[in-house]
Amino acid sequence: MNPNYLDFEQPIAELEAKIEELRLVGDDTEINITDELAKLLGKSRSLTESIFSNLSAWQISQLSRHPKRPYTLDYLNLMFDDFEEIHGDRHFSDDAAIVGGIARLEGRPVMVIGHQKGREVKEKVRRNFGMPRPEGYRKALRLMEMAERFHLPVLTFIDTPGAYPGIDAEERGQSEAIAFNLAKMSQLKTPIISTVVGEGGSGGALAIGVCDQLTMLQYSTYSVISPEGCASILWKSAERAPDAAKAMGITSGRLHELGLVDKVVPEPLGGAHRNPEALAMDLKKALIESLAHLDVLSIDELLDRRYKRLMSYGLTSE
Amino acid sequence: MSNWLDKIIPSLVRSENKRASVPEGLWKKCPKCEAVLYLPELEKNLNVCTKCEHHMRLAARQRLETFLDKGSFTELAAEVEPVDRLKFRDTKKYKDRLTAAQKATGEKDALVAMRGKLKSMPVVAVAFDFRFMGGSMGAVVGERFVRAVNVSLKEKIPLICFSASGGARMQEALISLMQMAKTSAALEKMRQAGIPYISVLTDPVYGGVSASLAMLGDLNIAEPKALVGFAGPRVIEQTVREKLPEGFQRAEFLLEHGQVDMIVSRLEMRDRLYSMLSMFMHRFAEPVSDVKPTVDADVVAVTEPKRAGEQQASTVEQGAAANS
Repeated sequence: MNPNYLDFEQPIAELEAKIEELRLVGDDTEINITDELAKLLGKSRSLTESIFSNLSAWQISQLSRHPKRPYTLDYLNLMFDDFEEIHGDRHFSDDAAIVGGIARLEGRPVMVIGHQKGREVKEKVRRNFGMPRPEGYRKALRLMEMAERFHLPVLTFIDTPGAYPGIDAEERGQSEAIAFNLAKMSQLKTPIISTVVGEGGSGGALAIGVCDQLTMLQYSTYSVISPEGCASILWKSAERAPDAAKAMGITSGRLHELGLVDKVVPEPLGGAHRNPEALAMDLKKALIESLAHLDVLSIDELLDRRYKRLMSYGLTSE
Repeated sequence: MSNWLDKIIPSLVRSENKRASVPEGLWKKCPKCEAVLYLPELEKNLNVCTKCEHHMRLAARQRLETFLDKGSFTELAAEVEPVDRLKFRDTKKYKDRLTAAQKATGEKDALVAMRGKLKSMPVVAVAFDFRFMGGSMGAVVGERFVRAVNVSLKEKIPLICFSASGGARMQEALISLMQMAKTSAALEKMRQAGIPYISVLTDPVYGGVSASLAMLGDLNIAEPKALVGFAGPRVIEQTVREKLPEGFQRAEFLLEHGQVDMIVSRLEMRDRLYSMLSMFMHRFAEPVSDVKPTVDADVVAVTEPKRAGEQQASTVEQGAAANS
């Protein structure tokens, strides 16, 4: 099995391997394989299209955690200029599971904050698999308050399995750190735009996700608990995760239908990791649009609108 | 002598028989010290074991009705009822789970809100019912909580929340997650308005409830031995693969780590909360301890100094100013 492909992508992987082989052969011999190659490439494309046109919630959940998927620092690289990372919560330590700092988006200064996962084993551990501890959330809030002081909009990138469930995190007040961010973000006097770029894992995601505009990438997910967690509680078996993923409606499409998400940015064929550059350009455009939308509001209007949005969550006719 | 014994023995036997025929529901074993407790007495003692002071769980309505002054309370936001927007179904339908929980508890959802009086001071109090789907927070809990906050804000009276919850309600998926943001945002308005909010953490408080409204009190107060945390102990154990420290996530552990302000016994809750709230609200201390409110309880009170930035004295009641 090719580890760069998920299990449901294996037919594509096999075809791609064949194409690669043919290319190598073509380099060595005089035989003209251009036609054959073009045929196979076309086949690969239509196979990918057909597999991706009908993904289940569980498959999307796997895509959202794809090891090759772009992370916050990749987007910072691709979309922003002059990024200066700002470290630490000024109390305890610097949590590498959340990164943040000032940068320019198309020339405009902004504050960027996001979860960060690691790529290689060592880096994964250092980033704690993108699971922040309280000091991570406190760093994030410190940066948001800095943004408020200097009238910089806040752009957050959400990609976490959840807040870290560890002894030290509990001792230092994981719950309080999350709760305090939720409260403070609701009244932060500057626009906040959040984008779910990978896994939107519960309170650990929301703690940097209270916003004026919520965007999701097509194959990202956002949920109150992981499909595995939900399945092991309600179905008493983590293997029922595909059922849980479906029941919870964790995909961008479903959440957009429910009115919980404002905007969905489509991903390249095969997912964000197949063409990060193209996706970054689309996302950048979407973010600039969202900012322009919020720019016309005064701070009072902005806060009023944000509060009303928050209060509308879950409202039903009585 | 034998005469006296003869008289007494049959009556003892009779009472033994009587006891045997008493329905089982009248007795409860304390899970901590295993003493067999007489239910009416246990209830009178607010479900605190009369032998070892172990705090057992308390239903939301019972909590509020015993916390607030007798006859002083009216329910708030009772009209908000659950709707299954996602048509969620696991091994059972969410709708059926709701119906079962409603039948078992007599409540429509896991939060009960009331406006009432605490030693004649007007307050809003809300309580989670752990029996109702583990006290989980969905749209109804969030909305009822916010409406309770709004009454506090409008009338400038303190809010007290007794939480007991496993966290966000999975069956409402992202809608339940958003209740964390919703309730926290409402509480931020309380903070800006300078109206006290006391969060009382009762066994147990976890997940989305602990990571939102329950940890945002001006005072976070825990009941003795209450389990409070973000992640459950089993999840943590599986993640870190080491044994959890003694007393991990108990109220006493939280106090030691600076996560709660104090631990207060349920039997002293009324006295202590009144005492602290009366200071925040600049009311006079109540001269006597927790006596049942008398007829003129309504006219205790209020020549309170105005607090900074406030337009009116906050809680002048009709016919008040008795002790000026």
